[in-house]
Amino acid sequence: MTAIVKLEGVSRTYVRGKESLKVLDDIDLTIERGDFVALMGPSGSGKTTLLNLIGGIDRPSSGSVEVVGQKLETLSSKALAQWRAAHIGFIFQFYNLLPVLTAARNVELPLLLTKLSRAQRKANALTALEVVGLADRSTHKPGELSGGQQQRVAIARAIVADPDLLVCDEPTGDLDRQTADEILELLELLNRDHGKTIVMVTHDPKAAQHARHTLQLDKGGLVAATVS
Amino acid sequence: MSHLALMWSSLFRRKARTTLTLLSVVIAFLLFGLLRSVADAFTVGIDIAGVDRLIVQPKYSIIDPVPMAHINQIARVDGVAAVTHADWFGGIYQDRSNFFPKYPVDPRGYFALYPEYTIDAAQLDAFASTRTGAVAPAQMLEEFGWKIGDRIPIEADIWPKKDGSRLWEFELVGSYDAIGAEVPPSEFLFQYDYFDEARQFGNGGVGWFIVRVADPAKSAEIARAIDALFENSPNATRTATEAEFAMQFANQVGDIGLMMTGILGAVFFTILLLTANTMAQALRERIPELAVMKTLGFTDAQVAALVLGEAVLLCVLGGVIGLGIAAFLEGGIATAIKGILPTFALSTTTIATGTGLAVVLGIAVGLLPALRARRLSIVDALRGH
Repeated sequence: MTAIVKLEGVSRTYVRGKESLKVLDDIDLTIERGDFVALMGPSGSGKTTLLNLIGGIDRPSSGSVEVVGQKLETLSSKALAQWRAAHIGFIFQFYNLLPVLTAARNVELPLLLTKLSRAQRKANALTALEVVGLADRSTHKPGELSGGQQQRVAIARAIVADPDLLVCDEPTGDLDRQTADEILELLELLNRDHGKTIVMVTHDPKAAQHARHTLQLDKGGLVAATVS
Repeated sequence: MSHLALMWSSLFRRKARTTLTLLSVVIAFLLFGLLRSVADAFTVGIDIAGVDRLIVQPKYSIIDPVPMAHINQIARVDGVAAVTHADWFGGIYQDRSNFFPKYPVDPRGYFALYPEYTIDAAQLDAFASTRTGAVAPAQMLEEFGWKIGDRIPIEADIWPKKDGSRLWEFELVGSYDAIGAEVPPSEFLFQYDYFDEARQFGNGGVGWFIVRVADPAKSAEIARAIDALFENSPNATRTATEAEFAMQFANQVGDIGLMMTGILGAVFFTILLLTANTMAQALRERIPELAVMKTLGFTDAQVAALVLGEAVLLCVLGGVIGLGIAAFLEGGIATAIKGILPTFALSTTTIATGTGLAVVLGIAVGLLPALRARRLSIVDALRGH
């Protein structure tokens, strides 16, 4: 196993006016390629901030974040965006699909950043929708889909560019138990059968049981690690 | 899906709002197309005015006649190759909508000054020798169904006859054309001698003189020399190039260009505010979506370009539709106002200018939202800050 995520001495402090708030404090963390890690902890413990740093949408105040062999703090804003497009798939709690686009076009969106032909992009988007079991809903807009279906579309969008790492922020937080289980089983399948490394923030212990490892955060620090 | 399709979908996120904004842009560019065409129609004569011709007119008011006797003094000025005269008759043929200029002229002198006007030699002889003779452009004969030999009745609105009658009758003795004219000639010409003898007042005067100079480079010098001849007389003159004369003529109803620019300026300023407000609202609503796009890997510049592209797309779409409607209406409007503005037409210059203006408008309304989108922080936007 090789490390896909390596954090060394990572701290993150937010400054709002005269106030500064230290959200993460001196985190050291390694996640192996192919792992499925759940990040748990109370509200304000820094879970989402840690996920944002791993996903390259935020930068640490100090320390080093290395993901997929790339030290993220060395990248410019543009290079970081291109790196995200190539290596990271994002799944959000509230799906964050573009309401004006059909399911297929939402999934195709990240492929606009590739050099694939229009036909290839469309084909790949349909394949991703098939993986999540929603090929028959490809022409529906998000408003015409249930919450679970929207999250499946969001997962399809996250995997369509074949990223190395999926970062999921409370992916089942807006879903009922049964739908949440279906989504978690889908994530498990992506991890087990497709080899995707997954880092998932969750409040839900049942959701965390689907992960291989669980990391506990509290007050900006890692406090415990368990194996499911 | 292409980037264009993405912009199109985002643009019509709120269909009613975008459609209403689009309609206002369409109307602005429809107005632009039609008003620019009106302004062009007023100034078209300026573009085609002869470079070697000067117009001598009364210094203070174009309704004051200039004594015919000036013609001999003008002819003697150094550099003057030829001189003739004309007058504004006004008058109505059958109906006010049948508007065309009617000039009493010296037949041979007038055609000598306008070599671009071609007339059969025999018809010019007939025009010069027939006291009530008149000639008209060939297309006017076709338009009104006139034939050589017809008597054309004109009801005077300025010049009654000595017997108090307002009905003038002219015998159509010929037709003329213009070689390679951008705008076909439109003057109905008749004998000055007949007009001057028969009119009730103003005898011995003319409206303006037309001077051909031997060397166009000396036009300004010759114009000064002509005006100097009559400087301290009751009939002082003001000599200008034909282009300036055409401009003054157009400006009798006001500075057309300035009026059109004023109206269009107000329209476009309003559209600018309206469209900018629409784009700003659209941006505010889409901040989380734009943050998601950045999360997916769209760079700051790409997101800004998409937002700017939407504004340009909206304005260009509105501009193209507006100018398209103007082009569609052009034929009907031109027919309806041909008596007043015979050269009304939507030019390619107006279409090109309008399209360019649409792009500029799009950039103007989209620039600030694009810059805001560029600066958008993913983390703050996803948190809802």
